Amino acid sequence: MISIIVNGKEQTVDVSPETPLLWVLRDALGMTGTKFGCGMAQCGACTVHLDGAAIRSCVTPVSSVAGKKITTIEGLSPDSSHPLQKAWIAEDVPQCGYCQSGQIMSAAALLMQNPKPSDTDIDEAMSGNICRCGTYQRIRRAVHRAADMMAEGGTK
Amino acid sequence: MSELANLSRRDFLKVGVAVGGGLVLGFYLPGRDDSLQAATESGAPFAPNAWLRIGTDGGVTVMLHKSEMGQGIMTSLPMLVAEDLEADWSKIRVEFAPADIAYYTWFTPTFGAQFTGGSRSVRGSWDILREAGATAREMLIAAAAENWGVAVETCRAEGGEVIHKPSGQRISYGALANKAATLPVPKEVPLKDPKDFRLIGARTARLDTPSKVNGSAVFGIDVKVPGMLIARVLRCPVFGGKVASYDATKAKAIQGVRDVVQIEGGIAVVADGYWPATLGLKALEVQWDEGPKAKLSSADITATFKALAEQPGAVARHEGDATQALASAAKKLEAIYEVPFLAHATMEPMNCTAHVRKDGCDVWVPTQGQTGAQQTAMKITGLPEESVKIHTTLLGGGFGRRFEQDFVADAVEISKLVGAPVKVIWSREDDMQHDFYRPATYNRLSAGLDPQGLPIAWTHRIVGPSIMSRSFPDRVKDGIDPSSVEGAANIPYNIPNLHVEYVMKDTGIPVGFWRSVGSSQNAFITECFLDELAAAAGKDPYEFRRQLLDKAPRHKAVLELAATKAGWGQPLPEGRHRGIAVHFSFGSYVAEVAEVSVDKDGNVRVHRVVCAVDCGRVVNPDTVEAQMQSGIVYGLTAALKGEITIENGRVKQSNFHDYEMLRMEEMPVIEVYILPSTEAPGGVGEPGTPPIAPAVVNAIFAATGKRIRKLPIRSEDLKKA
Repeated sequence: MISIIVNGKEQTVDVSPETPLLWVLRDALGMTGTKFGCGMAQCGACTVHLDGAAIRSCVTPVSSVAGKKITTIEGLSPDSSHPLQKAWIAEDVPQCGYCQSGQIMSAAALLMQNPKPSDTDIDEAMSGNICRCGTYQRIRRAVHRAADMMAEGGTK
Repeated sequence: MSELANLSRRDFLKVGVAVGGGLVLGFYLPGRDDSLQAATESGAPFAPNAWLRIGTDGGVTVMLHKSEMGQGIMTSLPMLVAEDLEADWSKIRVEFAPADIAYYTWFTPTFGAQFTGGSRSVRGSWDILREAGATAREMLIAAAAENWGVAVETCRAEGGEVIHKPSGQRISYGALANKAATLPVPKEVPLKDPKDFRLIGARTARLDTPSKVNGSAVFGIDVKVPGMLIARVLRCPVFGGKVASYDATKAKAIQGVRDVVQIEGGIAVVADGYWPATLGLKALEVQWDEGPKAKLSSADITATFKALAEQPGAVARHEGDATQALASAAKKLEAIYEVPFLAHATMEPMNCTAHVRKDGCDVWVPTQGQTGAQQTAMKITGLPEESVKIHTTLLGGGFGRRFEQDFVADAVEISKLVGAPVKVIWSREDDMQHDFYRPATYNRLSAGLDPQGLPIAWTHRIVGPSIMSRSFPDRVKDGIDPSSVEGAANIPYNIPNLHVEYVMKDTGIPVGFWRSVGSSQNAFITECFLDELAAAAGKDPYEFRRQLLDKAPRHKAVLELAATKAGWGQPLPEGRHRGIAVHFSFGSYVAEVAEVSVDKDGNVRVHRVVCAVDCGRVVNPDTVEAQMQSGIVYGLTAALKGEITIENGRVKQSNFHDYEMLRMEEMPVIEVYILPSTEAPGGVGEPGTPPIAPAVVNAIFAATGKRIRKLPIRSEDLKKA
């Protein structure tokens, strides 16, 4: 039995310790907002936060995060009120939408570190997240928009 | 025949509830008015046709017969219904329609199936969805007139209400739903004059966006069914190979593995979750019969194509006498162009969930082909059509891959064998190595210029595998697969002597529809070769095209718009160069100008792309813009990086580390300009893709003087000596 803290809630799961966190979230806990894309940390669809930093859950053995705080897309905000979620809606970023949980989680980690990122900062932080629909231009715009909202108090 | 199919469209009164009841995967749209849901789904009294239901609360449910794979139909199709219904847009809800003949007989008569492809969702639904909305509107107006005891002519509809014009009295659609349901369905209904459109043409926020920013959107891979098991399938790495024998002892010993079964696709490991299924898969011991393709390589395929390019093919277009014109030409050009196999690489790997029972079968699937999925399940289970329910989920990308049924067959076969609901999930490696690839082709071209530098002859022989021979065999006529020659046989330029041929050659590598299909390669080949003619004539590539497009005004208009917006002919920052291309596909005309630089190591950087599109009448401009950007990124990724190579009968690439995708830092600035038009709607999902490869390659020529005639673009070919 392994305990992890997901979105503030302690969860105990009965899986083999090397099971990737991604599949613990999806199969054991039924939290399907975090996506499977490649299984080798190449695409970023499975991005979650570990103690506030972006990690690829598809290559993270669950045993390595026992007792640690995990945040998934479902826990980013209770009501889609995170400035990034608002900005994503305002810019109508998603197309198929499959990669967007990972994109938003990577962007959220970036904004925690760097509240006013430049285009280059965004490119760097987001280069591990593939979008096959090509929404990169809107993602960039939405990250700037979210940064502006946060600078103005996060309510706009 | 299904319950729906026995009813004509006009006799659809009230059956909509039965259609919806329990059969349809409800779609939750966060941010919409949830209070409308109950009445709309459980008690909608007014369902004048297969396309919409109206509840007593005024909620309007639109049935989506097309798949949402990013292209925005979940918003643009309801816009068509709502426009002529005069609905209150905030009360629109959507539901995925089941697989049913009711949803395709009027749409795709030439293909006879319910599917999403060919960029035809809007253009194929334009009339029927508007008519569906107008029919309901007329019935609601009639119901209000009867209620008030006034003449129908004195009433009109607006914003989900009927208004009595003389008195200004209003009544909501919800209040009229019960009454409207008792009225006869009118035979002929007037459609709105486009000048009165409120929704069509207006920038409209996508209905699916809110669910896609909080993890609540349900893709196929997210489907949960009580008692469901997860399966993976080990397939023969060699195309056409089979299982000779296998030993599942070690796989079955792994904790969480429930069963191992053999199916058509290979050996399936059924487990409690994806991870134990994967461990089980790795523990399988399988002897393969690799079959006749065990030694096949990309080099063999190229050699075969090259030899065939020396022989005549089936004639796709013949005008004038190209042979004679070439003989008399002042200048003659010849070139070989090659394109590789390409994988689709949708972000969501292939998956499907099936529950086969004695008396029925449910399939939850991110599919582009509902009829195909239903027929696949019927064939495997032996169940009749009415017992096989297809529940379409959101698609994490489609691009043509999800038209195929291999992953559906996997799930249905396994569920049948193990007697439980089963979700099959392919790994990225499975997905990349067992795709239906964009065909590789080999192209031989020649052209002649007259003394003034005008082209007088053009010949093009395409050698490659045929998609339609497998998918739609009755579309292949006299050796011509129309999808193989599209974009090549119909080049728009005014060249008096033209000859285009196709040599069909199956290679044993499965091929399928890949975003923009034949145009994905033929635009590259023809627009780059045309650029070679411009250079040989000593002319500007934009002006050269322009003077040859007199008989193709829509091509010419987008070409001019793109060139103007890109500042064609004006100075660029040091090291940057422009290339241009124009192409028609799927009902739309698109021109693109790429601004490119090439460094001393031959690395190509695309800085800016200016895109002009004429897609006829626009439904949602924001979606058109997004689809152009998307199509450009898809085509640019392929041009810069895309190549599937075959070695020993198997695909060499396996995941995103060796089949790379364009990433954020490589993203050019893309500007999209939509040409206003009152023509019939064209497609938008695919037409953005074809022009980007030639625009970039032509810009590389402007930058380096080097012609790239084989994709993908390789830095070693562009390195400065």
